[in-house]
Order: sequence, then structure tokens, then C-alpha cells
Amino acid sequence: MQGRGISRGRGTGELLVSPEPISFLSGVDPETGVVVEHDHPLEGQSVTGKVLVFPYGKGSTVGSYVIYALKQNGVAPAAIINQEAEPIIAVGAIIAGIPMVDRLPPEFYKLSPGRKVTVNGDTGEVCLDGETG
Amino acid sequence: MYLDNDDERVLAGEFGETRQKMMEILVALGEVYGAGKLIPITGAQVSGASYKTIGRWGLAWLQSLNARVVVPTVLNPIGMPREGWQDFGIDEEFARHQAEVVEAYRRLGVRLECTCTPYYLRITEYGEHLAWSESSAVVYANSVLGARTNREGGPSALAAAIIGKTPYYGLHIVENRRPQVVIDIEGDTGPHAGHWGAIGHIAGKKVGNRIPIFQGIRPNRDQLKALGAAMAATGAVALFHVDGITPEARVFSFPTDGLDRVTVTEDEIEALFEDTGVEAVAVGCPHCSADELREVAELLRGKTTTKPFYVFTAAWIAKNNLDLVSVIERSGARVITDTCMVVSPRMDEFRSIMVDSGKAFAYVPGMCGAIARIGTRAECVEAATS
Repeated sequence: MQGRGISRGRGTGELLVSPEPISFLSGVDPETGVVVEHDHPLEGQSVTGKVLVFPYGKGSTVGSYVIYALKQNGVAPAAIINQEAEPIIAVGAIIAGIPMVDRLPPEFYKLSPGRKVTVNGDTGEVCLDGETG
Repeated sequence: MYLDNDDERVLAGEFGETRQKMMEILVALGEVYGAGKLIPITGAQVSGASYKTIGRWGLAWLQSLNARVVVPTVLNPIGMPREGWQDFGIDEEFARHQAEVVEAYRRLGVRLECTCTPYYLRITEYGEHLAWSESSAVVYANSVLGARTNREGGPSALAAAIIGKTPYYGLHIVENRRPQVVIDIEGDTGPHAGHWGAIGHIAGKKVGNRIPIFQGIRPNRDQLKALGAAMAATGAVALFHVDGITPEARVFSFPTDGLDRVTVTEDEIEALFEDTGVEAVAVGCPHCSADELREVAELLRGKTTTKPFYVFTAAWIAKNNLDLVSVIERSGARVITDTCMVVSPRMDEFRSIMVDSGKAFAYVPGMCGAIARIGTRAECVEAATS
């Protein structure tokens, strides 16, 4: 499936899908990678090693540094997929070196959470595990 | 997005990893906003300078960078005065981390001027393209000076400073700078910055992220500064026009028929001016100009403060107006440079703070955990000396 590459590199992991936007500052613990925002659909779940899918970022621009912190602490997502990239997440993914893609076709959102995919931030492609690309 | 050969080589990593990352940031933002190309900038102002806001991971990222800025670049206010932080009640651990942040920026070639009013340090011309971060500086550059800048985040402003370019979108494009909503102000606008801050506080909430045009008012530059800073804080205003006053409203004729109109009423303005007791008083948000420093000095001359009174300004302005600083400090008030009431942990200890700024009035409750009261500069002096 073809989207738009925002941050370079390749990452493979299981899909972790949030229907709600994510604020990394105060919403995700930079030490553990666990979503801590109260009443968030992913509250209590770890983003570590996952292909993290959410519509777009929200909250403070300091969130970019939290994404960097997740990577430095070894608890970052393997890749990020947004419906529509905005600067907080895009900049965070780039400075952390986490592959990121946005604007995937609607059929992508029919995949079940937990499905393993590979995200290629250089080309904007997302492949189901087992396929080449 | 179109990149020239040099940009492509930077993106390919030929000029080091830091420049490559910085180019990746600019390209990604260009993609996100649909920019067709990069354009050269003449200066940058980088936010994310206070350790209170960026924390240890922001610091770690800055320390990992290895390149130098290629255009004149200054910082947003940091969390303490660079000199004399001990007297300002900053603890040593914070001071150590803050010094590390400053050192990280120094290594990158950033000029260690820490201010939200970079336009007082270097003449900024009409039509210049900039990459500025701090919201009140952005709205002043665009509106009062007719320069062109989007509201950059800390990393994107730093990326623009290191590459010397920014993506061409948003407020860099003349067509995107037309007014979208007309603001009418009911009653007398009054001469005080506090009053203009109150108007801006209300107007910002009403216009959100649209570009407003005011008609029938004649504010001076310091009043425009107060108005814009407040609108940038309560709305997402990065540019406004004042008919017949601001540069673009004089260069272009902006037809306003068919635009939405909103009114700021006298009642709304009066309702902000509550007369309650406060523990401390702070002026200089945005940092005081030399004229504003003079006004504060004249108001304080011969008086003695009875509660903490802080006057925030750029180090450069303070050094060039030592006579005014000395009048102010003789009263017991303190002139504080490099930092501000919003980004410094010092102000966290007060439960209530009086300000003369619509911007500070918006941010003090959330950033300092204090109740904010707004008044004119004269009322601030009155509250601090009675």
C-alpha cells in the first residue's frame, strides 16, 4: 500500500491502532513507552516495537522531544503511521530516526490490529509481513 | 518539493548527519504544508531554550547535534538570567541544566541573546523572510514590521537556521496574508498597554487562527506589540493588520466587504480588570522596549515597592539603559534579563501575580500555577508600591 514518506528508514511490527489523536507530552511515558493519558483508547498499552497508527498529533510541540526520548530509551515504536502528518509528530519521528508514513489508502484502515507490517519511510510504502516491497 | 543540487547533497548526507537531519525536517514540513520549494531566510529565532520547557530529552537532542547556524540566530527567553541567577532564587540543579542548554546552543553558533523581542537587537526590514518561533515575536515581525515568518517550532527554526532556508508556504506567500475578519473595538481604546493586552486577549479568542484587520484605531508600536502578543496567546494569530497603520495595510488596499466582523465590547474589556490582591507584580511580557522601561522607571521614581516587582527585558536593552535600570532597582523592583515570567520556574512560588500583558494573563495560570490579574502599567506600579 502506498502512502507518503515523512521520516526515513524501515520498521516492522504489529499494528497498534488509536482512533484518537495522541499527545506525546504527558500522554506517553518516555521511560516505559506506555500510554498514560487518562481515558485514552490506548491507556495502559505499550507502544514499544509496534507500528503505531493514529490520526494525527496533538498537544505541545515539546512532544517531539518525547518521541526522541522514547527512541533513546529503547522503548520507541518501530514505525509511525498517521492519517495526516503534522509538525509535532513529523519532527519527532525525524529527530528520533523512526520511520513514518502518512496518507495511506482507506483499505489500510481495514487491517486488524496486531497484524504485522513493514513501513518504508523512504518510499512511503507499507507492506503486509511476508510480502516484499 | 523542488530542491536544488546543494540541497539534494545535504539531504544525501554529504555535509554530515546533523545537516542531513535538518534538511529532512525542512523537507517533511514542506510536504506537510504543500510547499513547492525552499527559500533563503535572513534570520532565525529559536524556541525551546528554557530547561523548564524542553527538559532533559530536549537537551540531549541539542547536545547530539554537530553543525553551525548560517544566518544570525537568537534564542527565546531561557529559564533564568544568565548572570545573577543566584539572586533570582533559581536552584543550582536547574541552573546547571539551563547552562548546559545555553552551551549546546552556543556550540551551534547561536547568539546568546535570549529574548522574545529580537526585533530590538537587529533591524528587521519589510519583506524579509525569517524563521522565528516565539508567538509574540512572530506576530510582531509579520504585522508591525511587514517581515514574513510562519510560527516555527523549536527544531524547525533551528533546522532553518542551520540550512539557511525554510519551506515556502503559509505567511511567506503574499497572497496568504490578506485579512479574513474585521475587528471593531467598542468605546475608547485608551492609552495603556494593559488595555491593548486586554483587547488582544478577547480578540484572539474570537478570531482563532484567522488574520484580523482592525479599523479606526491608531496604536503605536508598543501598543501593537501588546495587542499582537495577546492575540497570539489566546488565538493562533500570527499576523494582523491595522487599517492605515501597519505596513501591509498601507502598501495594499484590503477590501473588507463580505468579511466576517467581530466586536470587542467595552463590557468584555472591563470584565478582565478585576481588583484583587496579589503577591507579586510582573511586567515585560513581551520583553520591555527602551520606551517601556522608561515609563516603568518614571512611574517608580521615588517610590518603594512593598511586594516583589519584576521587570523583564532583553539583556541588550538593559545594558543600553543602565540609568533606567538603576531608577527601577532603587525602588526595590528588579530588572531581570534573558528570562520571563512564563518560562522561569522562579514565578511558580507565587499564588497570584499581577501583569500588564494580555499574553501573560493568558499563560500565567497554566505555566506558573498562579491566579493572574491584569492592569495597566500604572496600576501594576500602584499594586506593587501600596
